[in-house]
Amino acid sequence: MDLDKDKPGSAPARRRYVTTRRLDRIFVELANIYRFNARFFKEMWFPPYEFKEIIKQCYEIGVRSLPLISLTGFIIGIVFTNQSRPSLADFGATSLLPALISVAIIRAIGPLVTALIAAGRVGSAIGAELGSMRVTEQIDAMEVSATNPFKFLVVSRVLASTLMIPALTMYTTLVSLLGGYLNVHQNELTTLTTFFYQVFDAITFLDIVASSVKSVIFGFTIGMVGCYKGYNSSKGTEGVGKAANSSVVTAMFLIFIEELLIMQVINAIRAF
Amino acid sequence: MEAKEINPNIDRNEKVISIRGLKKAFDDFEVLKGVDLDLFKGENLVVLGRSGTGKSVLIKIISGLLYGDEGSVNVLGKEVGTLKPRELDALRLKIGFSFQNSALYDSMTVRENLEFPLVRHAKHMSEGEREELIHYVLEAVGLAQAINQMPSELSGGQRKRIGIARTLILKPEIMLYDEPTAGLDPITCIEINNLINEVQRRFNTSSIIITHDLTCARAVGDRVVMLLDGQFQREGTFEEVFDSHDERVQSFYNYNFID
Repeated sequence: MDLDKDKPGSAPARRRYVTTRRLDRIFVELANIYRFNARFFKEMWFPPYEFKEIIKQCYEIGVRSLPLISLTGFIIGIVFTNQSRPSLADFGATSLLPALISVAIIRAIGPLVTALIAAGRVGSAIGAELGSMRVTEQIDAMEVSATNPFKFLVVSRVLASTLMIPALTMYTTLVSLLGGYLNVHQNELTTLTTFFYQVFDAITFLDIVASSVKSVIFGFTIGMVGCYKGYNSSKGTEGVGKAANSSVVTAMFLIFIEELLIMQVINAIRAF
Repeated sequence: MEAKEINPNIDRNEKVISIRGLKKAFDDFEVLKGVDLDLFKGENLVVLGRSGTGKSVLIKIISGLLYGDEGSVNVLGKEVGTLKPRELDALRLKIGFSFQNSALYDSMTVRENLEFPLVRHAKHMSEGEREELIHYVLEAVGLAQAINQMPSELSGGQRKRIGIARTLILKPEIMLYDEPTAGLDPITCIEINNLINEVQRRFNTSSIIITHDLTCARAVGDRVVMLLDGQFQREGTFEEVFDSHDERVQSFYNYNFID
């Protein structure tokens, strides 16, 4: 029997201490995340409502993302159609391209690509902005002037993100379908009317509802993660960089997990 | 720099801030070890001390940004630690806090920075009245021309002035200055010192000025207290505080080359 193993300062005792500290930190972080979310759902219902700031953030998140989203969505539509054609051509089924594009883009690619681009552009911007406001005491300045910084900064950004990501998703889906149409039209000489007839024929109401619900959840996640990381950042300029970086990484990670879970739920509903 | 003449309008019978036995620790490090402090109406009180001695922590506790571990902090008759959020907000409207780095909202112009508290807390004011008040405080800090500039376009001294203007716009009874002259050149320091005295005279405020700059302390303080080892060790006029054989006080004085 090793009599030294429980001595203070011994290697096993140090390992236990480090493990306990890590576990402590994880539970404290989980509690903080819970409190942050709970505070959001509590404060969003009560006045004062920061409508002006919400509209400003909607513009920042929605309108300013349009050029990047347009380009990405359009190229994805063209590339996806182009890459899918040979597989269908082997079976002489290129006429099914519009249906394939429709199902893939509306069910998965549209919401996912929009969310990932927004996580990179919007999530990092929110994380960096709030992080910088925290370390330069701007958030404290709001608090001492009796303004609720959580409501002004967090509620407005999360709401704007939750509203604008679904709108951007719809736009990305449309632009991707247009990209796909151009490719189909060039190769199969399909008309726009026929293309969109086939597109809508291939999807169901459940696909549209699922896509919308998914993008609302993605939007909330991006806004909430960016705000949480930025609002709680510390350690000066280094903390600002970390907040921006971890906003993107965490949001992307959560988006993939959510995509997986929602897909399971939708498949279950579809089977039912 | 001339020592300040003590303000004759100080009311020694009316305490606007009264602190007793205040303790505050961060993890195992005890910053404040039982601080007692009174601020009288109309008085400029300078809190001197080296970096890391808890001066800023003290005014953050007074404004409710931090909470003390023990002791009482009474501001304008209210016990800060026991106030509900709404009561604390009501109290904060009577306190102006000038941050070390000014803490101007850098996505807003100077006008928007000044409008920010007004829009939320002076809803009864018309747009014209708001505009008039903004011009009044900007003129008081000598920066009326900067109204449409962004904070990034201002110098350090100008940012400090706008920060002070933003706190003055709600006409506070108490001003808390955190290192008002830190990082400024000597001439701008003198301008800021004059501004602090001007604010006291024109807006009839009671102020706590946190600093380690002795020139500033001498120029603006009606009374000076010195924070050493987590407690106030010296108190009085500037000359009284430094008329001491305490080595720590002397070394603090010698490192600040005044006169």
